[in-house]
Amino acid sequence: MPIPNTPFSWHRNKENLGIWHGRGKVAATGVGTSPTARRWDEKPETSMGALTLAAIRKAIDDAGIRPSDIDGIVLTPESTTGVTNDPNTPPPEGWDKVFKMVDYPQAGITRGDIDWVLLNMPELSNVQFKMYGTGCMSVAFTTTAEAIARGHTHTCLVVRGWHNLAGRYYVGQGAAALDTASGPFKYGAWGTPACSTAAFPFEEYCRKYGKTHDMMAAFVVEQRRNGLMNPDGFYSQHRPEMITVEDYLAGRWIAKPANIYDNDLPVQAALAVVMTTAERAKDHKPKPAYVLTHAQTRPETQGVTPSLESWERLSDKMGRMLYEGSGLQPEDLDFENMYDGFTLFHQFHLEGLRFASRGEKRGYALDLYQTDISIEGPNPVSPSGGNSGNGRTRWWNHRDSILQIQGRSPSQIKKPANNGVSGAHMPHFCDSLIWSSSPD
Amino acid sequence: MPKQSPIPDDFDRPFYDACNEDRLVIQFCAMCSRYQFPPRRACVNCTNVNLAWQQVSGRGRIQSRVVVYDTPTSTLIPDQPFNVATIALEEEPDVTMFSHLPGVPVDEVPIGAQVEVIFEATPATGQKVPEWRVVG
Repeated sequence: MPIPNTPFSWHRNKENLGIWHGRGKVAATGVGTSPTARRWDEKPETSMGALTLAAIRKAIDDAGIRPSDIDGIVLTPESTTGVTNDPNTPPPEGWDKVFKMVDYPQAGITRGDIDWVLLNMPELSNVQFKMYGTGCMSVAFTTTAEAIARGHTHTCLVVRGWHNLAGRYYVGQGAAALDTASGPFKYGAWGTPACSTAAFPFEEYCRKYGKTHDMMAAFVVEQRRNGLMNPDGFYSQHRPEMITVEDYLAGRWIAKPANIYDNDLPVQAALAVVMTTAERAKDHKPKPAYVLTHAQTRPETQGVTPSLESWERLSDKMGRMLYEGSGLQPEDLDFENMYDGFTLFHQFHLEGLRFASRGEKRGYALDLYQTDISIEGPNPVSPSGGNSGNGRTRWWNHRDSILQIQGRSPSQIKKPANNGVSGAHMPHFCDSLIWSSSPD
Repeated sequence: MPKQSPIPDDFDRPFYDACNEDRLVIQFCAMCSRYQFPPRRACVNCTNVNLAWQQVSGRGRIQSRVVVYDTPTSTLIPDQPFNVATIALEEEPDVTMFSHLPGVPVDEVPIGAQVEVIFEATPATGQKVPEWRVVG
């Protein structure tokens, strides 16, 4: 029987649902992060699959439990958003000497696969619950929270690996190299890079509120600073140089007003997290990071790309749903770790949450960036460093929110981290969670 | 500019056939009285699958813009940098389309200006696609 995806009925994408039924009953404990690499060198032992297995082992070890304690796994199968191998591409020579194979030849190479993980980790002998949280690890996190709250699993792995092959991520690759266009690509055959999705609404935002692209420099520089504190991040491991405001302002344009620093760097990496019931979390080694609620937005876009209006409307809705489901208010958040890959949409998330608002509803985030947004300050913005400061994974933010609540983040905020939020990816297509040091 | 030629399929052929006749035809949901583009199997608002194809005026306004310096599309690389604007349709401004705004100098896009549709033949197959020019 095929492994199912998250049921739509598990989504909390409407208002007036009240407090989440699983509030404080689910927690994250163990966290395991693989080494990072810029690209895959085509050796089995450095593949996305190998990194995934390494991350899972570290997460279980970090939780202080046995592999046989795990009874569930929720995995995000997509492991890139760029151009990748044909699904039928055979694995490289020597692959079958290192890994057991499933029917899907790219399992462990360019696609995550639960059966492949279980085949290559026989010590996970008690997994009964299996589900795919597709598209983004945020979906895997919210799916797991819901699965535990509903009693489908009591100790569950949340998993996502990323691969990055040789060659440019999009440019001149795959469908972009042809002189014809088929499928969904054909409606966007005007040559827009991926960051344009953020650049169009950002341009509208700047015009509406009288802001400039230069004002983003403070945020992007702080992201790199936070990322360089993380020993597991790509930049700290491979390019440990700080960037300056001048670097940012001199960055080459990709799709003006998005420059190279507004785009995140594709990498190879994997993350696994152990989530469990609040009751069982007491027996795990790390302090529990409780989930107070989760929520989703999904595309309602009528046009070819999201507009400022749609991103403001949907990120406002996300904020209202999270506060309703958790019972918290904006002033209860000690930090925010919303998504940043691309940097130009981070402020839509931040403003939808009214994070660090002094009564402002919209148009204040770029001014906030000019104040102290550091981990030492009163309003820690994206203490993880995000994709911008660590490489493209869409999960540094979730990982760091858990570690912040546990008091062991490498970029730990100075004030007590009692409540925080993380979510990804774009404002119109986002899964978010509120994390807390207390289940109450 | 030498755009990729879209290959119509059975689902979106009414849109592309109309382009070849210099008419702009998009999907309309009678259940909630909303237009949408690109074509989808169902209404993004109410999930109604019985969508009609309706001709619209071909008038709109420039909503936003980017200047592309690093396009993924091979056929367009020689023309970099180039404008890409979003056009909000007169009938329903939430419905947007892309445009290269032929004739508008790079990085001088007049946000908010009125535009009207024209139809441009793409090189590989001759299939026409909507483009937009500034009015007045």
